[in-house]
Amino acid sequence: MRTAFAFAANEFRISRRNRLLWASVLMMVLFSGALTLLSSGSAGNLGVDTLTAASASLATLSVYLVPLIALILSFDAIAGELERGTLALILTYPAPRFSLIFGKFLAHGATLAIALCLGYGVAAGVSLAVGSASIESAMYLLRLLGGALLLGASFLGLGYALSAWTRSTGAAAGYAIGAWLFVVVLYDVALLAGLVVDTSGGPFSKIYFPWLLIANPADAFRLVTLPSGQAAELSSGFISSAAAMSAGPLVSLLAWPVAMLVLAWMSIRRISP
Amino acid sequence: MTLQVSGASIVRGGVRTLNQVSLSVARGERVALVGHNGAGKTTLMKAVLGLWPLDEGEVSIMGEPPGSKAAQERTAYLPENVSFHPALTGREVLQMLASIRKDSASVERLLERVGIADAASRRIGTYSKGMRQRLGLAQALLAQPRLAVLDEPTSGLDPVSRNDFYKLVDELAGNGTAILISSHALTELEAKTDRIAILRNGHLVVNDTLTALRQQAGLPIKVRITANSMLTDAIAESLGGRRINGQSLELVCAPETKVKTLSRITELGSIIEDVDVIPPCLDELYQYYSAEDQQ
Repeated sequence: MRTAFAFAANEFRISRRNRLLWASVLMMVLFSGALTLLSSGSAGNLGVDTLTAASASLATLSVYLVPLIALILSFDAIAGELERGTLALILTYPAPRFSLIFGKFLAHGATLAIALCLGYGVAAGVSLAVGSASIESAMYLLRLLGGALLLGASFLGLGYALSAWTRSTGAAAGYAIGAWLFVVVLYDVALLAGLVVDTSGGPFSKIYFPWLLIANPADAFRLVTLPSGQAAELSSGFISSAAAMSAGPLVSLLAWPVAMLVLAWMSIRRISP
Repeated sequence: MTLQVSGASIVRGGVRTLNQVSLSVARGERVALVGHNGAGKTTLMKAVLGLWPLDEGEVSIMGEPPGSKAAQERTAYLPENVSFHPALTGREVLQMLASIRKDSASVERLLERVGIADAASRRIGTYSKGMRQRLGLAQALLAQPRLAVLDEPTSGLDPVSRNDFYKLVDELAGNGTAILISSHALTELEAKTDRIAILRNGHLVVNDTLTALRQQAGLPIKVRITANSMLTDAIAESLGGRRINGQSLELVCAPETKVKTLSRITELGSIIEDVDVIPPCLDELYQYYSAEDQQ
């Protein structure tokens, strides 16, 4: 643990000095602020307070932005060390290989948490300033924060796994973009195509679709943070199936970071630098 | 023995990059690992560090297998061309590594000792090659290692830095650390190592002290005479040898006739201005041993 903290301290310094921290914060703050201002207009018509309407937009924003930030932070974590020649050195130190991944995970997780807290904080501030908020909507925002951290953690782990697997920053960057595009965009398009083909309510819509939805961390995040009522339709447009209502999405969202960190650990164990 | 390698082989991509190598390094001993690019020096070092698994044979560091926690705690490594993250300062990197080795108390002293204390608060991106190498050496001195594995540590260093570097290595050896050092710059190793190990195509072809190697090889000794330019032709006639410029003459003799040759030169008296005796250097020895292996 001491070892992981030693790695984390320097990794956090790196993300601060590389302006990655500021870039993440800026992205979250700008988008959150703009979305909140935009949704403050529609809030009255829907019969919900401004923060609830804004949170629904924030959830949609976060599905795209959080995985992207996480992958940008993590894609060169292992490959970069390998290319600089520092990985060979660090691996001769009396430190378990997982502590290197976990140290980086702590630092990048902190970077992401700061960006999310500031971004969502701006959303709450703007809502209070120009519209309305309530205890319920504040609780909902916290749920969103928790969900976004888990989503980010999954993609940090995926980034480390890709970085260790490819052993080159260039290839890792390529795979990271591909993974982002697939999980966040193409996956949903494919599911939608499946639903369109299977209009008669066949086995795809009834049996496979809910599970496929839960299996994707981005969709699980949507389901976990789905607000009830009208805002739900506003945010997602997803049908409320039985699986979506159960604990399935939360289990998926909790399992993804763990699975990805294990994958990253298995990948770094294969490296003989 | 601090380091004991016996019958070590590594096969990578169908090629035996290390072939039945046996080598040992005792406490406080400095062993130079010499060979062409691709001769297996780095492979042997990575096997010793436990980074690459052995396909045959065995390595032990004070009785522990390579890569085990006990071995890692006692082994220091300086990789070839290590470049720490440019956004961090030298002190930050050394503090991180010291905390893993549980030797945080030594950070300032080591920065001072390798001569980068003044630059320790600057980002590594601004460091020269020599400064980065000094930082690399500082981390190798953490926690009093029992074995230090140094991969081409002086490549790209200026002569002053090299000298400083070998002073630190001598100090380390003086405290009982076994040192395995690889280098291309053979001549600079001459006075700085106790034993030479030459690797060729993954085989260990030579493993002996420098003096013993010189005797075995029986390479000719060069004697260089400087005299008045008017007389060099006359001297060349009486002693034989080859004129290398207006004033100098080079004689080549076997080790056993060295004293006889020198006495013939001194018989010539005052017309000789200067005499240099040049024993075969490590470069020539290395060429001799690698050529012998080819036959």
